[in-house]
Amino acid sequence: MSMLELKNIHKKYGSNEILKGVTFSLEKGETKVIIGPSGTGKSTLLRCINQLHPPDKGEVWLDGEEITNKNININRIRQKIGFVFQDFNLFNHLTALQNVSIGLEKVKKMEKEEAKKRAMQELRRVGLENQAEQYPAELSGGQKQRVGIARALAMDPMIILFDEPTSALDPELIGEVLEVMQGLAGKVTMLCVTHEMGFARNVADEIIFMEEGYVLEAGPPMKMFKNPDHKRTGEFLGKIATLYGENKEE
Amino acid sequence: MGGLLNTILLTFFSLIIATVFGMLLAMGRVYGKAPLTTIIYVYEKIFRGVPLLVIFFLVYLGLGQIGINLLPFTAAIIGLALRSSAYQAQIFRSAINSIPEGQNIAARTLGMTKIQSIIHIMIPQVLRLSIPSWSNEFTIVLKDTSIALALGVPELLRVAGQIYAIPNYFDYILPILLVVAIIYFIIVILVNKILGYIEKKYKMAGFEVSVER
Ligand SMILES: Nc1ncnc2c1ncn2[C@@H]1O[C@H](COP(=O)(O)OP(=O)(O)OP(=O)(O)O)[C@@H](O)[C@H]1O
Ligand SMILES: [Mg+2]
Repeated sequence: MSMLELKNIHKKYGSNEILKGVTFSLEKGETKVIIGPSGTGKSTLLRCINQLHPPDKGEVWLDGEEITNKNININRIRQKIGFVFQDFNLFNHLTALQNVSIGLEKVKKMEKEEAKKRAMQELRRVGLENQAEQYPAELSGGQKQRVGIARALAMDPMIILFDEPTSALDPELIGEVLEVMQGLAGKVTMLCVTHEMGFARNVADEIIFMEEGYVLEAGPPMKMFKNPDHKRTGEFLGKIATLYGENKEE
Repeated sequence: MGGLLNTILLTFFSLIIATVFGMLLAMGRVYGKAPLTTIIYVYEKIFRGVPLLVIFFLVYLGLGQIGINLLPFTAAIIGLALRSSAYQAQIFRSAINSIPEGQNIAARTLGMTKIQSIIHIMIPQVLRLSIPSWSNEFTIVLKDTSIALALGVPELLRVAGQIYAIPNYFDYILPILLVVAIIYFIIVILVNKILGYIEKKYKMAGFEVSVER
């Protein structure tokens, strides 16, 4: 049984059809990277998965449960789906530690002390134990994003969705975030929308290439880079690689 | 002395009611749907557009005529609260709108309900951001309690009037009124200091409106 399974996901905004039947799945512990041109519906797909914007058609299954079913309690499900945002979306009035512990306290109803302890563990995991008492405005972009990752990790999610987690960062801060993500690979199931080809190549089990609302091609990084089935895949990967540079050596 | 107490009570109760109600109005206006948002919009317009004295007379005399007889004191609290809630709704609304929607999305993503997100994420930030405007609103309400003298509420100014109306004290109108003015002034300064302290204590780093030099 897959950890996450998408079956024929369709999504329209008004009359504008964004997703036109997307199907794929992730096994436990897998890391998959979604790439594709701007406006293809990558973010939309992630929002369809955690039901922020439920799909019009198709099913999402999480660990054997159909979460597109209208009768389930979606707040119970969302605890299990971590989400890391492009622009962090940290809570400005809370310290780094509180940002991580608030979900534990208010959603998981954990004791305050226990939640704090757990949050501290997660901050340590992303290398921010010394920044625990700082507010988001006092953190660098890379640190903010690592708090965002710790916040997602703390909930013990079955999967974490990343929506371009490094594209709002200055180039010199990207590395520290990718490093944290790389450290999670294999331990946490991850679905990442990213243009970081180094990460895709070295960390992903599979690259999913989306274009115009479809999955055009998916496969292991080696194959996708070296001899993709579709010409478009090769073109796009080549373009991205030059655009973003592939400063991560193999 | 009793006058001072009444002034403080008027301010206190009307502000509490207005703050809670104003917050609800702001939430309704931002998160509510069609008829509700329009009703709140009209409410805000009306109570910001009508003089306080007219609101007082409407609540006290107007409602009295249709059989709802309020004590002058109660009528004054309601009148002040009605108007202040309209202003506070605006204060809170602009604070809500200044909080990036992404934070609400992040809260929902953690599994918080809409209500939890409002209580744990939105309101704490709204209150912090609103302190400067709110402390301004406090000053206005405190000063405008004096208008309640028109309803015969024995607040500070009216009590002062009763004192200098006593023939022996007639020569002391000026000093008595000066004392009244100073009392208002001291309360305003005091409360603004306290609020300034709270603002500092709960400031969100990076969101203070000051510059360091
Ligand atoms: N809430 C919305 N309402 C209406 N249209 C939307 C909404 N969200 C996205 N869209 C449209 O859907 C299309 C796909 O958007 P989406 O953000 O999913 O693309 P993307 O692949 O994530 O692109 P990018 O790489 O720029 O992030 C865009 O044309 C966008 O304008
Ligand atoms: Mg996107």
